[in-house]
Amino acid sequence: MATVRINNNEYQADVAADTPLLWVLRDVLGLTGTKFGCGIAECGACTVHVDGQAVRACSLPVGNLGTKSVTTIEGLAGDPLARVVQDAWADIDVVQCGYCQPGQIMSAIALLKTTPHPTDAQIDAAMSGNICRCGTYPRIRQAIRNAAGDIA
Amino acid sequence: MKNLATGVAEPSRRGFLAGATGLIVAGLLPARRAFGRPSEFVQGVLSDVENAPFAPGAYIRIAPTQVPGDSGVTFILPNVEMGQGIYTGSVVLIAEELGIDPERVNLEAAPPDAAYILPELGTQATGGSTSTIFEWTTLREAGAAARVMLIQAAATRWNCPVTECEARQGQVVHTPSNRSFAFADLAEDAAKVPPPKDVPLKPARDWTLIGRPRHRLDSRAKIEGRPLFGIDIRVPDMKHATVAACPVLGGKVGEIDRDAALRVPGVKEVLTIDDAVCVVADHYWAAKKGLEALAVVWREGANASVDTAQIYRELHDGLSEPHPIVAHSQGDAAAVFDRAVSRFEAIYQQPLLAHSPMEPINCTIHVRPDGADVWVGTQVPLRARDSVANITGLPKENVHLHSQYIGGGFGRRLEHEYVTQAARFARQVPYPLQIVWSREEDLMRDRFRPAYVDHVRAGLDRQGGIQSMEFRIVGPAVVARWAPAGLSPNGFDNDLAGGILETPYTYPASRLDFVRREAPGVVTAWWRGVGGTRGLFVVESFIDELAQRANADPVAYRRALIHDHPRAREVLDLAAEKSGWGTPLPKGHGRGVSVQFLFKSYLATVVEVDMSAPGQIRIVRVTVAADCGQPVNPDQIRAQIEGGVIFGLGTALFNEITLKNGRVQENNFNLWRILRMNEAPRIDTHLVNSTEAPGGVGETGTAAAAPALANAIAAASGRRLRTLPLMPGVEAA
Repeated sequence: MATVRINNNEYQADVAADTPLLWVLRDVLGLTGTKFGCGIAECGACTVHVDGQAVRACSLPVGNLGTKSVTTIEGLAGDPLARVVQDAWADIDVVQCGYCQPGQIMSAIALLKTTPHPTDAQIDAAMSGNICRCGTYPRIRQAIRNAAGDIA
Repeated sequence: MKNLATGVAEPSRRGFLAGATGLIVAGLLPARRAFGRPSEFVQGVLSDVENAPFAPGAYIRIAPTQVPGDSGVTFILPNVEMGQGIYTGSVVLIAEELGIDPERVNLEAAPPDAAYILPELGTQATGGSTSTIFEWTTLREAGAAARVMLIQAAATRWNCPVTECEARQGQVVHTPSNRSFAFADLAEDAAKVPPPKDVPLKPARDWTLIGRPRHRLDSRAKIEGRPLFGIDIRVPDMKHATVAACPVLGGKVGEIDRDAALRVPGVKEVLTIDDAVCVVADHYWAAKKGLEALAVVWREGANASVDTAQIYRELHDGLSEPHPIVAHSQGDAAAVFDRAVSRFEAIYQQPLLAHSPMEPINCTIHVRPDGADVWVGTQVPLRARDSVANITGLPKENVHLHSQYIGGGFGRRLEHEYVTQAARFARQVPYPLQIVWSREEDLMRDRFRPAYVDHVRAGLDRQGGIQSMEFRIVGPAVVARWAPAGLSPNGFDNDLAGGILETPYTYPASRLDFVRREAPGVVTAWWRGVGGTRGLFVVESFIDELAQRANADPVAYRRALIHDHPRAREVLDLAAEKSGWGTPLPKGHGRGVSVQFLFKSYLATVVEVDMSAPGQIRIVRVTVAADCGQPVNPDQIRAQIEGGVIFGLGTALFNEITLKNGRVQENNFNLWRILRMNEAPRIDTHLVNSTEAPGGVGETGTAAAAPALANAIAAASGRRLRTLPLMPGVEAA
């Protein structure tokens, strides 16, 4: 039995301790905004925040979470920075198929939290773990620049 | 075994589970409604409406509604949304004529139905960049006809001439009095109006939607991570499963350790079919562990000796095949070649390619004695539905397929074998089954873009001008399997004309031979850009080589070959201008160009690369000029070109599926390299104003990428790479 704190709610999930957080989110709790892409932390589709840091949920055993707090794409309401980022995404229509975008957005928020005005090199470094097959990278980069410009 | 998957929420908090209190039991939380209309109107989320009183044709449903924010207007979208923005485009086309704000329209994915068959593709299919080309007239006419009927219904109520009525913003307005009826409130009356014939479409000057940049209708829903995709479906009592098919095509299941799999906590059942196994569990992780515990021993069969070298050997052998299929012959190209003052020839090789959309292959299916439901992302709903009917023996009309947003298609979901496979497993169990393939399964059991070998030769005049062009393609005919009726009587697959016969260039004499060689050990399939992607790499690389031999500027050399396509000249000139073609570049940089006429659209593309570091490449900038006819949504045209270019660049640099002992070797993103943010260039797309009928754009950028990149590499480094992928050639420096 693992106790997990997700989006400010506490859950008990009766799963083996080695179960990756991703599957607790998606298949146990029904939080499907966090996506399965590769299962080996190569694509970033499953990116969530653990105590504010971008983490690949597919490779994080739920038993290793301890008392740490998880935020998923569904838990962003009320986070002003998340709002700025999501608005920046909407403003220039970053998404195409959209499947990778929750992970992209979680990575972008984590970047801007620590680096409110990133250089392009910093954007590249923070975002290169997130694959987009539709090729929305130029717009992701622009949306992050725009969001950074909107951060007071 | 007991249900292991339960969780408890703090009842005092209202988070994402607002409304739910107390014990939260997994499986009882539908991530999205499986049927029917949502309880609130959320832009971009799919609904399906039944029994709408006003249902004029296949694309529009209007019904009275009590749902807050809902217009009661639903558009049924004939092509599936897989990122290309077609839902937004489709809505714009209907809404322009009907008179409604696109953002107030409910979206419904077309169900499997003969009404949505695309004649050019022979089935109900989204592919080949055909959607807008097909919808351009069809959907506007549908909107216009419905508008006339709604106006007639309102005019009858007001007892006024129809000329006093106007349809706008989801209402019919009586212009003299400014009274109005919402469309939804006219639905029942409008249904009684006889459908009009020959409704004139709005002239372009009256458009308020077409041609203007518009936000995607699915943007917000996707940004918020709403459950939109097949993999997000949650239906009551659904179980999670994952599968493994024999990694060697044609192989069968041998031994399995069923007991070991069933001992894994959470595993419920092990299902088998002749060539694959399926482990059913409470969640994917348990299923995956169960699959490992199953320790399947495969009976690999005849393909266990296939390797990539064999595939290429068979293709290269086809170059000397004495009896090719002659797909095209104009003038006596061979004789011209023999007489020519100089000659040039080259061989190009292109690899097997996987699709690897970000959403792994999945299918959710519930087979019951009296019917079945299927929730799936598919580019071929009718074929997918029919295959479930065939497997289960159910009447087709009892199989309900619910088309979902697709997390990337690129041609992968023009195949429906994963739906067939899911039905073969699901018919063995009474509950709904969600089968999710691992990424490894998704890559290894993809159906691949074929490998090809091409030989091209040209007879040249003294200035290096083309007197004859002869092409030979050696490779599979995908259409022969996918739509056998599409194969030409002479055995040619017309898709392979893309980039070669479909071209802005005119040659004095030309010929195209095809030698069909099906690849052993793999199933070959459509892939983004289809024949155009492979053909353009060959032609635009070869033309570049000819320009170089003639000491001609690559843009000027191409320009001189374009006689009958002024729009191609225009995009070529525009791309040259916007890219700074001919202006000095830093040392180690080079520019490459390609020009194309594919999917009824014209593109010219200039790629700039930096190869100043030995063995490395940096793509600096890509400039595209496009004339795709009348734009429906210019910003989404740009998005498709940008994305298509990135898709094509990454593939051209890195991607090749190889086989060893019949098994695909590149089985996840650590081995199947995808272009990433730090490698993605700036892309500038310039659209030519056009009022011609729209062409397709979703695949154009992908086709452009490889040749423009290879030409840039040649310009920067002096090395001509004729084999894809390019990266091994780059690193060999």
